[in-house]
Amino acid sequence: MNTVVAQLQRQFQDYIVSLYQQGFLDNQFTELRNLQDEGTPDFVSEVVSLFFDDCAKLINNMSRSLEQPENVDFKQVDSGVHQLKGSSSSVGARRVKNVCISFKECCDVHNREGCLRCLQQVDYEYKMLKTKLEDLFKLEQRILQAGGTIPQVDIK
Amino acid sequence: MAEVLLPRKMEIANGPSKFGSAHLLHVLAVDDSHVDRKFIERLLRVSSCKVTVVDSATRALQYLGLDVEKKSVGLEDLKVNLIMTDYSMPGMTGYELLKKIKESSAFRDIPVVVMSSENILPRIDRCLEEGAEDFLLKPVKLSDVTRLRDSLMKVADLSFTKKRELETEHAYSLDSSPRSQLKRAKI
Repeated sequence: MNTVVAQLQRQFQDYIVSLYQQGFLDNQFTELRNLQDEGTPDFVSEVVSLFFDDCAKLINNMSRSLEQPENVDFKQVDSGVHQLKGSSSSVGARRVKNVCISFKECCDVHNREGCLRCLQQVDYEYKMLKTKLEDLFKLEQRILQAGGTIPQVDIK
Repeated sequence: MAEVLLPRKMEIANGPSKFGSAHLLHVLAVDDSHVDRKFIERLLRVSSCKVTVVDSATRALQYLGLDVEKKSVGLEDLKVNLIMTDYSMPGMTGYELLKKIKESSAFRDIPVVVMSSENILPRIDRCLEEGAEDFLLKPVKLSDVTRLRDSLMKVADLSFTKKRELETEHAYSLDSSPRSQLKRAKI
């Protein structure tokens, strides 16, 4: 029995479970993983990559809209939050999605300060998740390179 | 401790394969979100559908050939069996796209499903009243897609059954050949 593989698989399993437990990911991420197969081994990493690109772009646009205190385009900000909430929901990025909920509330009442805080928070959260998932995908690669298979992890 | 399983090939089958590739459901998916396009495309491929994905309602109309200014080439292979569209899109919304399709004599019979991240009852009602086949909340589930596919395949099945009956009769008339005996043994 190849214990290196078993150790790596255990490490992977513990790590991914912790991401769910700490609220970074929700069940939608599991759905994404379930859609991946040996024919499409990069599906999840490709989808999340698109998501992170989206985050960067949307945050940048909203930042510009919020810049001038006298001239905030709340409509644009609302549109950005809506899109961000949608895509975070589609990939299972739970914390990002939750910030978007608060963000929308600030936007609805034209609270610029609140919006700026949420913007900062959403920026932090997506970058944090990006790092975590990069580590997760690296673990996957190590398992595959060691000749093992990536565990199907059942999150209860 | 989680069980370590072998990766498996995703294939939610259409049941026993009555259909060749020519009879796969062709779905046109419309969504301005790149993430959602990739996601819906995968859901549809896993469900054994042929998929065309576009990023706007305008492009959807162009693809269908409803936009007079820019017709797409190769209309012969175009046959779309289902349109799945996001509701909130910049420019033309999914609702407006739905209306345009239902107003078109050429395409009004194509079922249109509207998808939205927002559970707004008046919105849902409006879409259904306008002739939407279904309204799905995002993120769309694989079970939503397979359910849609199955119900649409049933409709298609009725017209194919007659054709298949004729084909089967012909195949069994070659009864004495060893090849056909092997085929039966496999089943």
